[in-house]
Amino acid sequence: MPIVSRGFHGRKPDPGRKLPPGQYETFDFPVLSAGPTPRVSRDDWTFTVTTESGTRHQWDWGRLMALPAEHPTVDLHCVTKWSKFDTHWEGVSLDVLLEDVETEAEFALVHSYGGYTTNLPLEDLLDGKAWIAYRYDGEELAAEHGGPARLLVPHLYLWKSAKWVSGIQLMLEDEPGFWESAGYHEYGDPWREQRYQGD
Amino acid sequence: MARAAVSGRLAARLRWQAAALVERREESPTARTLVFDLPGWAGHLPGQHVDVRLTAEDGYSTQRSYSIASAPDADRVELTVQRVPDGEVSPYLADDLRVGDAVEIRGPVGGWFVWRPEQAEPVLLVAGGSGVVPLMSMIRVRDMIGSRVPFRLLYSVRDPADRLYGPELDRGAPGLDTTWVYTRGTPDGWTRPAGRLTPDDLVRWGWPADFEPTCYVCGPTGFVEAAAGMLVALGHHPDRIRTERFGPSGG
Amino acid sequence: MDPTGGTAADGVQDAYQDGNVLAGPLSEIFAVDLTAAMSRCAHCDSTGAVATLRVYGRPPALVARCPSCGEVVLRIVRSPTNTWLDLRGTVTLNIPMDTR
Repeated sequence: MPIVSRGFHGRKPDPGRKLPPGQYETFDFPVLSAGPTPRVSRDDWTFTVTTESGTRHQWDWGRLMALPAEHPTVDLHCVTKWSKFDTHWEGVSLDVLLEDVETEAEFALVHSYGGYTTNLPLEDLLDGKAWIAYRYDGEELAAEHGGPARLLVPHLYLWKSAKWVSGIQLMLEDEPGFWESAGYHEYGDPWREQRYQGD
Repeated sequence: MARAAVSGRLAARLRWQAAALVERREESPTARTLVFDLPGWAGHLPGQHVDVRLTAEDGYSTQRSYSIASAPDADRVELTVQRVPDGEVSPYLADDLRVGDAVEIRGPVGGWFVWRPEQAEPVLLVAGGSGVVPLMSMIRVRDMIGSRVPFRLLYSVRDPADRLYGPELDRGAPGLDTTWVYTRGTPDGWTRPAGRLTPDDLVRWGWPADFEPTCYVCGPTGFVEAAAGMLVALGHHPDRIRTERFGPSGG
Repeated sequence: MDPTGGTAADGVQDAYQDGNVLAGPLSEIFAVDLTAAMSRCAHCDSTGAVATLRVYGRPPALVARCPSCGEVVLRIVRSPTNTWLDLRGTVTLNIPMDTR
C-alpha cells in the first residue's frame, strides 16, 4: 500500500456526484496529448469517412457547419483518473454524418491530424452516443483540446474521444489504435474500469 | 572514492520508499529546500533526480520528478521546490508538508545529465531560474571531494530576489567562477544591464570551445534551446552539451 | 524533466518534457540506466541520447518522440500489474555499461 501524505488532497471530490471506480473529480480541464498540437485551419480541415469497400464521404468545414448541431452536456472520464462533470459541447451527431453511409462494418478506426488513432465498435458511434464537436463551453474549440474539431464519445475513457479528428475508417475487422496497441484496453468503459488490456 | 561516486545500485530494481521531511529551508520567496530522511540511501551522482509520489487519503495519487540539490549524505536527500501558482503538487510540498510527514521517493535515477567526479575536463554550468538545482549538486560534490576540476557557472535569474543558493554561491569555492545574469532587474551598481543571456556572456564568462569543456544546461525549455544553440554556434560540439528542460508537469 | 516543480500545464502549447523523466519509469524494468543510451530513430535514422527525446503525456502513459523528425521512438504504459514497452520506433539502443 502506498504511504498516505497527510494533508495532501490532490483534487477535492464532490460527494454529491457518482464517479466511476478509481476516478477523482477535477474542475479544470487538463491537457494531455501524445505529441505536438497540430495546427489545422478551418479552411484546410476535412473529415473523411472511408468504408470497407473504399468509398469515401468527405465534409469540409462549411459542409459540417451546414449540418444540424446538437448541444450535449456530458461527463468526461480520463484514464489518468480525472473526471469532469457537466461539460457543454456543440457538434454534429455521428448519426447524421453516417446516415447515408452504406457499410457492413462493425468496427471503426478513428484518425487524427498528427497521426493519432483510436479504435472502437461502430455501434458506439451511433444512437446519440458520439459527436464531432467543434465548440466547448460556448467557445470555439481550442487547439489544445482538439480544435478545430474532435470526436466526443463520453461513455468511453477520453482517449477514445480523438482530438484533431480527420476521419473514420470503417472496417470488418478490429484494429488497435495508438494506445490500444500499447497496453490500453480495447474498449475502455470507465464504469467497468477497463483501463488496460486484461482489465 | 567518496560516496559521491557511488551510483547507488548496480542490479537492484528501484522501489518506492517512504521518506519523512526533516527540515524545510527558504531559498527565495517562492522556493524551499526540503530535506528528507531516506534510510539506506546509497548515494547519488550529482545531476540525478528522484520521482516523488503523493497519495491522498482517498487513494488519489500523483507523481513528479525533482532534481537532487545536495551532495550525497547518509540517509539525507535535499530537493528544492519552486512553488507554481495553482500547481497540484508544488504548493503542497513548498508550504503544507510538515516536518515528520512522509512522501514516497523513487531514485536516484538518470545517468545522462550527471557529472562524474572522474571527469577531468573543465565544466561549464548554465542555469536558467530553478534549473540551477541539479547544477548545485555538481558544485557541492566537487567541493565535497576536493576536486580541482575548474567549474564556471552562468546563472540567469529575473532579479536578485529570485536567486537560489545566493549566499553559498557568493562565498564561492576555489576554482569555481560564478557569473550572475539578471534578465529583469539588477542589484545597484551592476555593470551588466538587465537582459537575457547572450552569446557574448558565454564568450566572456564561459570556456572557449578549444578547452573542450562539458557543458550542462538546465532551465525552462526556451532558455535551454537558446543557450544550447548559442554554445553550438560558438563551436562547442553537441556531444559535449548536456541539457535538461523543465516540463509541463502541472506543478 | 522538472527540477523544481516546473511550469503549470495550463496555457503551455506543445509542452513536452525531456527524456530525463523516463529514468524512473525505465528503472522499474532495466538494471542499467537507459536514458544515457543512444537511440537510433527508425523513421529518420538520427541518433541521440534517450534523455534528449521529447516526452509527451504523463504516467501511466508516456510517448517519447525523436527531436529531429517528431516520430514516436518509444512508448511506455504502466498498469498496476504490467508495463508495456513499445520500441518499434527504435532501431538500436547503444547502452553505456558501468565497467567499474
